[in-house]
Amino acid sequence: MAGEHKHPNYMAIFWWLAILTAIEIGVVFLPFGKIINGTLLCGLAVGKAALVAMYFMHLKFETRTLGLIAVTPLAIATLLVFIILPDSFYVDRKTVNLKPAVSAPAKP
Amino acid sequence: MSQAAASHAAPHAVEPAESPLTPESWGKLGMWIFLAGDAVGFGVLLAAYGGMRATSADWPSPYEVLGINLTAAMTFLLICSSVTMVKALEWLGKGDRAKCKAFLLLTALGGAIFVGLQAYEWTHLIHAGLHIDGNPWGAALFGTTFFIITGFHGMHVTAGVIYLLAVTGAVARRPDPAASYNMVEIVGLYWHFVDLVWIMVFTFMYLL
Repeated sequence: MAGEHKHPNYMAIFWWLAILTAIEIGVVFLPFGKIINGTLLCGLAVGKAALVAMYFMHLKFETRTLGLIAVTPLAIATLLVFIILPDSFYVDRKTVNLKPAVSAPAKP
Repeated sequence: MSQAAASHAAPHAVEPAESPLTPESWGKLGMWIFLAGDAVGFGVLLAAYGGMRATSADWPSPYEVLGINLTAAMTFLLICSSVTMVKALEWLGKGDRAKCKAFLLLTALGGAIFVGLQAYEWTHLIHAGLHIDGNPWGAALFGTTFFIITGFHGMHVTAGVIYLLAVTGAVARRPDPAASYNMVEIVGLYWHFVDLVWIMVFTFMYLL
């Protein structure tokens, strides 16, 4: 059981995650606009998540079917995004708070 | 088949036959399936967040309103706690229960500090006017989604801390390190998943 598969270099993964997090925070302040920044941030997040799943959760060393179980939610969520997304193109007027919601200072 | 399974099963194993996908234990397969379901939950919440944000004209810019210094530190803390988690399993694999317990407790401590910082952040934001039904900066749903999604994640961290402490107790009670190996590996899967989800939540709710 123990040590059946050789352990990955966990510290290397840790440094990768730390560096990618620092890059993410840097990307927020890049002047490339929402689309490019957003794509960069999504890519970095997926990369970090993949590192955690592959090495910390040992998915890289598991059977392929278990990997399929693990990526199914990602596929479902992506599908859902494409189901919801068209709504944002078809609303005539995007929803706005008509009344100044809780603009009145919150009750103590 | 059952002969083969019985021959290399741990003496404490009570499973009748080998799990096809995770030969180590059925529990591990169970945890993976639970996590896949849980991931759908988070995926739906984040997709809905994206949908609401895309159809709103006055969604506040999250990183300006929420601030990311504290949450960046919280992200780093969770990454560190994932490392202590893998170390706990590594030491147990080498038969060192004391080191395993120490690293499990460190992991739980990391989780507890995370929840504490989140409580601090929430308090700060609530005082600044962010409420579940509105806020001074724009779309009311901004507050709704913020509290629901970070709250749902915080609940997972809280449950994880309790789970980690329970497993630490089990490691302490069982003299044979091999007897608790599966259990520690499975709590590790849960803990890394909580870390993974935070990576997504941090990106989608704070940075984008």
